[in-house]
Amino acid sequence: MPLLELKNLHVCYGNVEALHGIDLCVEEGEIVTILGANGAGKSTTLLSISGLVKPSQGEVLFRGEALHTLPSHEVVRRGITQSPEGRRVFGTMSVLENLRLGAFTLRDAAANEATLEWIFELFPRLLERKEQLAGTLSGGEQQMLAIGRALMGKPRVLLLDEPSLGLAPLLVRSIFDTVREINRRGVTVVLVEQNARAALKLATRGYVLEVGRVVMADSAASLLANPSVREAYLGG
Amino acid sequence: MEEFLQQLLNGLAVGGIYALVALGYTMVYGVLKLINFAHGDLFTIGAYLGMTLLVSSRLAGSLPPVLVLLAVFFMVALLVALVGCLLERAAYRPLRKASRLSAVVSALGASIFFQNAIMLIYGARLYVYPEDWRPDFTVDILGFTVPGVRLLVIVASLVLMLALHAFIQRTRIGAAVRAVAIDQGAARLMGINVDRIISLVFLIGPGLGGAAGLMVGIYYGQIDFTMGWSYGLKAFTAAILGGIGNIPGAMLGGLLLGVIEALSSAYVSMAWKDAIAFLVLILILIIRPTGLLGERVADKL
Repeated sequence: MPLLELKNLHVCYGNVEALHGIDLCVEEGEIVTILGANGAGKSTTLLSISGLVKPSQGEVLFRGEALHTLPSHEVVRRGITQSPEGRRVFGTMSVLENLRLGAFTLRDAAANEATLEWIFELFPRLLERKEQLAGTLSGGEQQMLAIGRALMGKPRVLLLDEPSLGLAPLLVRSIFDTVREINRRGVTVVLVEQNARAALKLATRGYVLEVGRVVMADSAASLLANPSVREAYLGG
Repeated sequence: MEEFLQQLLNGLAVGGIYALVALGYTMVYGVLKLINFAHGDLFTIGAYLGMTLLVSSRLAGSLPPVLVLLAVFFMVALLVALVGCLLERAAYRPLRKASRLSAVVSALGASIFFQNAIMLIYGARLYVYPEDWRPDFTVDILGFTVPGVRLLVIVASLVLMLALHAFIQRTRIGAAVRAVAIDQGAARLMGINVDRIISLVFLIGPGLGGAAGLMVGIYYGQIDFTMGWSYGLKAFTAAILGGIGNIPGAMLGGLLLGVIEALSSAYVSMAWKDAIAFLVLILILIIRPTGLLGERVADKL
């Protein structure tokens, strides 16, 4: 049984259908990337896993259990956390407060402190700025904070929505290295990216979305080699 | 000097009451972006419940008055908190996904409902609060005699405000309340049950408002079923003055408004005190459109 599975997922915003039946599965320990242009439905897919948008049809299964019928806080309790599109850090709260909120569902204080230390190891910048208000951080630092905050929930599956958006190339590499390190620690990762090349180099498998449909699903290596992917997403 | 001190303390007492009511407006606005127009009437319910409880506690016999007052205080806060929580369930939660205007109309309807319910239950006349529970000691400050009830109201409202501040700033649940006010979606992603936090806000705000109603009854000695309108308006003004959605802002705005009112009625004109209070509001909003502590509005939108 796959760890996470989407079956024929349809999502509507008002009268407009954004996802027209997505099938996707994620095995334990994988890094799966979802590629696609703006408006392809990548973020909607992640939001429907987290329960922030509800499917009109289809299922989201986690170890066989239906997630789409659960409220979003129950999804987090099951170990699925997300660093959302646009980071959405709590700007008027300190870095430390943001991180602690990431562990809202976990009541073991000692374990939370250990996770916090690990996050400060991954992102030493956050340690330097822990008392600073999140809204005053640079874009890259906010991205680190959003990822760190999602990690504080001790996820089994980490959903990352465009962690490279708007960051300098050097910083992108460092964020992707960190994602690999997080994955090594046993966290399954679903990575939504526009930076297809970097994402495919990191991922085990990839899905390509076009206007709300999966048009390709393959191993990352084959997608990297695929001529039509190269043309559409890797700049030829 | 004596006049000034007495008026200042009077202003702080009235301002503390405004602040407690303003907190309910500002907290609800913070999490729902809704002005709870029924909040003033929850305050009135607190005043009437307090009266009923105090009158009936005469039957309780020989308990020390301090204990009775404290018990009534907490019972009023608790009961009004429950009414507030029910109000949210019945009038606001079903409209959560509807346009914001629908919820505003629902709030106005709830206000009319409460006001008429109080009138039907108690009658439209003015009520005098039971005198025997009014603390009648006095305290000497700098050689002046200050009525104890005035100090009690100031102390009680400050204690409640500090307790709320500590809860919001220092605790895990308090942080969740702030997170919901900043970004509900992101708060959900943290595993926060947003509905529960909203219910909590509708317990705390009305609880404080109800306690303030009781304090007005004890302080002024008389209540009527429309009192929620004028106090609600003043407290709402205080919340705007401090920056709506901002908790310390509501406290500051309330105290400031109370002091301005008291001093202007003493030194300018009793009849003009409301006009002066609103003039100050307008001036402050011209200089700082987001209110005194409201710089945070920008990143909320």
